[in-house]
Amino acid sequence: MIHTDVLIVGAGPAGLSAAIEIGATGANVILLERSNVAGGQLIKQTHMFFGSEKQYASYRGYEISDILLKEAESMPNVCIKLQATVLAAYDDGTWTADIEGEYTKIKPKVVVVATGAAEKSLPFPGNDLPGVCGAGALQTLMNQYGVKPAENVVMLGAGNIGLIVSYQLLQANVNVLALAEGSQKIGGYLVHASKLRRLGVPIMTGYTVKEALGTTALEAVTLWKIDENWQGIAGSEITFSVDALCIAVGLSPLAELLWQAGCKMLYVPSLGGYVPYRDKSLCTSIENIFIAGDVAGVEEASAAMVEGRLAGLSAIKHLGIDLPNQSATEADYYAQLASLRNGHSGEKILSGLSKATL
Amino acid sequence: MDFKRGEEIVFTFDGKPVSAFEGETVAVALYAANVRKLATSHDKHRARGIYCAIGNCASCMMIVDGTPNVKTCVEPVRAGMVVESQPDKGKLT
Repeated sequence: MIHTDVLIVGAGPAGLSAAIEIGATGANVILLERSNVAGGQLIKQTHMFFGSEKQYASYRGYEISDILLKEAESMPNVCIKLQATVLAAYDDGTWTADIEGEYTKIKPKVVVVATGAAEKSLPFPGNDLPGVCGAGALQTLMNQYGVKPAENVVMLGAGNIGLIVSYQLLQANVNVLALAEGSQKIGGYLVHASKLRRLGVPIMTGYTVKEALGTTALEAVTLWKIDENWQGIAGSEITFSVDALCIAVGLSPLAELLWQAGCKMLYVPSLGGYVPYRDKSLCTSIENIFIAGDVAGVEEASAAMVEGRLAGLSAIKHLGIDLPNQSATEADYYAQLASLRNGHSGEKILSGLSKATL
Repeated sequence: MDFKRGEEIVFTFDGKPVSAFEGETVAVALYAANVRKLATSHDKHRARGIYCAIGNCASCMMIVDGTPNVKTCVEPVRAGMVVESQPDKGKLT
């Protein structure tokens, strides 16, 4: 049995930020990451971030990941383990993990769950064909491994992920034949959308996938127009020959461990699915389990970093460590989150958060 | 962008040699070798390939060195590793 002050699950932007915040006090932190690289999905983000300096605006995602990792690694009291999958949370407060193939029991005083989110799929005939995949999968192939992911792509979803990944596909010499979006409006930032339009990518709002065609791999995709009830309109079909159909219709929180730990959960569509109830300080219904990042509600990585800091600060408080300027620091994190959630997409997030926050 | 590729290695996929770079995952190496079908659905035996590429969705499970149900999108390649298609739910040996 390993005893530690804090266990953090997930070394993405939220988990790393929490580790840095807590690590600075000298408390012992074990940070477990199931992948063999730290940084979460930042490692494949080649675009520059918005926000303010405090959230590393104007750096590219993979650069931010390096900065956070270096800082966390420089702390001798922060132990980062890769290929370390947390398996279970037991009622007596024991957490178990597979750390590089070894079954390990951990008894932490405080846990920060920062497990992130998974890409959603969409129901349509042929949606399981090889070649139909998440936007993140194509990013992994091209941005992390340098493998050209396809020749001709149709992108589904005009949120920020769909827009940004379409642009990155063009940068990798992939033809983006169309970007379809079921709703009548582009969900992501218009600056990204205009860039695509200038490069000749048709953005087809009011269209969705009718079916994906192929036998052992995707060969074509048929889009069709949908009416105000999201029903397909016969006769409006357009078929594209493609070797990839990229699905960017949002993410849902990876909350399995929170369910298992017994945290009270709530379904909030605007946060991506089931999320834990929490207080303002990101404490769940279980007093020593805190949350940060997409598992608390799907947002951008910038918000995940601030939430990581905030959850870290709350964990420190729970450990009974007194910090100078604690309340000023806390106020600063709340202000940063408020500023990131300012604007059109922020409204949706805030209304979702108001349902899940006690 | 700069890609730091590892040493070139060779593994086998259904008996045929496939070259890869150390640091890649099995699914990525197969994708680069133009293999799209990785797994087979249990019921209707439909082709499955990469969906999430980060170990969430389990649509890329194959037999690796005799072990079935390995998520190949997060399984690092190793020289000489034996990768096989898995036609069923997999058998523990």
